[in-house]
Amino acid sequence: MADTKRILILGATSAIAERWARLRAGRGDRLMLIGRDRDKLAAIAADLRARGAADVLTAESDLADTEGAAERFAAYLERLGGLDLVLVAYGQLGDQASAQRDVEQLERWLRANFLSAAVWCELAAGALEAADGGTLVAISSVAGDRGRRSNYVYGAAKAGLSTFLEGLSHRFAGTAVDVVSVRPGFVDTPMTAHIPKGGPLWATPEQIADDIERAIAKRRSIVYTPWYWWLVMLIVRNLPRPIFDRMKF
Amino acid sequence: MTGDRPAVSVHDVDGILAWGRVHRGRHRVAAPGWPGDVAAAARASAAGSNTLARGFGRSYGDSGLNLGGGLVDMTGLDRVLAFDREAGVLRADAGMSLEAVLRLVVPAGWFLPVTPGTKFVSLGGAVANDVHGKNHHVAGCFGRHVRRLGLWRSDRGLVECAPDTEPELFAATVGGLGLTGVMIWVEFALIPIAASAMAVENERFEGLDDFFRLSEDGADWPYTVAWVDTLASGSRLGRGVFSRGRPATTGPLTPHRPGGPTVPVTVPGFLLNRWTVGAFNRLYHAKPGSAFSGEQPYDPFFYPLDRIRNWNRLYGPRGFYQWQGVVPPTLARDAVRTLLERIARSGEASFLAVLKNFGDLESPGLMSFPAAGTTLALDFPNRGARTLALLADLDRVVAEAGGRLYPAKDGRLPGAEFRRGYPAWRNLERLRDPMLMSSFWRRVSQGE
Repeated sequence: MADTKRILILGATSAIAERWARLRAGRGDRLMLIGRDRDKLAAIAADLRARGAADVLTAESDLADTEGAAERFAAYLERLGGLDLVLVAYGQLGDQASAQRDVEQLERWLRANFLSAAVWCELAAGALEAADGGTLVAISSVAGDRGRRSNYVYGAAKAGLSTFLEGLSHRFAGTAVDVVSVRPGFVDTPMTAHIPKGGPLWATPEQIADDIERAIAKRRSIVYTPWYWWLVMLIVRNLPRPIFDRMKF
Repeated sequence: MTGDRPAVSVHDVDGILAWGRVHRGRHRVAAPGWPGDVAAAARASAAGSNTLARGFGRSYGDSGLNLGGGLVDMTGLDRVLAFDREAGVLRADAGMSLEAVLRLVVPAGWFLPVTPGTKFVSLGGAVANDVHGKNHHVAGCFGRHVRRLGLWRSDRGLVECAPDTEPELFAATVGGLGLTGVMIWVEFALIPIAASAMAVENERFEGLDDFFRLSEDGADWPYTVAWVDTLASGSRLGRGVFSRGRPATTGPLTPHRPGGPTVPVTVPGFLLNRWTVGAFNRLYHAKPGSAFSGEQPYDPFFYPLDRIRNWNRLYGPRGFYQWQGVVPPTLARDAVRTLLERIARSGEASFLAVLKNFGDLESPGLMSFPAAGTTLALDFPNRGARTLALLADLDRVVAEAGGRLYPAKDGRLPGAEFRRGYPAWRNLERLRDPMLMSSFWRRVSQGE
């Protein structure tokens, strides 16, 4: 196929990454999947091949560990044979309370969700710039829009990532390199499938994947998904302190 | 939020509903995201007692529930393992829906060998209920097209079942209501299509004799089914619309589009009564589409109700009962006539009444529902004792004709009556995984 894209997915075993990869496999793209678990990568690769991917490569790697990141990234690109699209999707939800008790865990968590993600995004941006175009998509979170007592460690890491992506987007304005910062709300993963959801705010990984596809096509730099989280977070960000402080979330 | 999916955990969940919304209750739920997590999910949700694999919860009664026990939510296991585009063979996780299968295989020129009236069922559910469709007279049940299954059993671990390697366990698993092990994957044969549209002919008929005549005349059509007006009585008894179809021979291979309207809330139960249903039936019988002839996409032909998500909420907070029975060919005319007379006399309104002649192709399944003869499928809003009395009346007609009922649609048949209809039930009980159980099986294998 003439317009087969070469796609690198960092954190390919996440539910959102997997659903998005299915969309790209259906278009006949060439994919490289990076993650920690060999069996899970193999299961996803087989699925994507059956769905029509031109080729699916895999590599096991702990992305939170950035030692030798530049060399590792170069090796991925060599195997993939170039780069058109990158999705940075890994992350850890973690447990706020245990991060408050244990600062070493707090540091590991920030490393996984921000520090390492910034390193891979910088490498990806550099590669796309050298290739004269392409798209970097990274999954941040609405949690980064305002610090809250229930998850400010995760939120701070995602705020850092959102700002980093915003800066990249600014740097590449007017060029053929696009940077998309994805901010999902609550996502219904298999683990929560039978839990009656508190209201309409829960989305499926398929919906998020569809929104990512649209954002890439429309060259959007920030996308709240589903879209109404833009409104929800506009309100949350602007709640006056006396009201915000009384809220438990 | 994003990130790695956590390892298997268990949640107590209240109010899990069967599709008919009459049966509901608390379960310990585990939802594996990977085949390797199934054993842990089964053990964790069983918690020393028992559990049951569940897909999209489209069974109407209690066969997809295990009240007070565990459930393994299989819908996270939805990956394709292998798709042979030349031979038309698909091997996929048991939690993959027929809807997802269609989106994958239709553009490649393949179709499901057999499909029920909704595409929102899992492959595991299709096997466990050995589902049938409008092509039963030429293709038999889904189980006839299954080549191999991956099962996890608490006493044996992973077992690959095929008709030649594990004949007894394979036969018990096809139509085995999910009790012989947790199905991990299914390999089955697809059928080729030249185009995704269906060539369809609909025709009104004015009585049961016409239905049987049209069924015989239409036997060379691969897909046939009839809708009947259960409120018509006297000279109009058994009037309806006969529908037959076959895949178009030319045209594009376009999969259905996901989405469509949804019923957002449960509507008040009085909206579906004999007057509104009667008005609908008169309009449906009279509408121009009832004499339609031409092409239509496969989606509205096979899955008209899928176009309204959560249509089961239309029956109100008390839910509804489905009822489907089959009666043998020699007694079918009289038995179906008696069934329709009893319904018309009761004044209970069945919104969806479907009549079809099954063929005589046997399923490999020990406990498969379809048998040569005529099947009638009905649903009634739950109006308590009145509805149950009518259903018991219909049960007797089926019993006298030597027929039986479909477990996937049942939530109240007396155990003794079930065991009469399915003498092989003891074999299923013998091959049942000791860790697996359902509310349905507790009721029919033990109760009166």
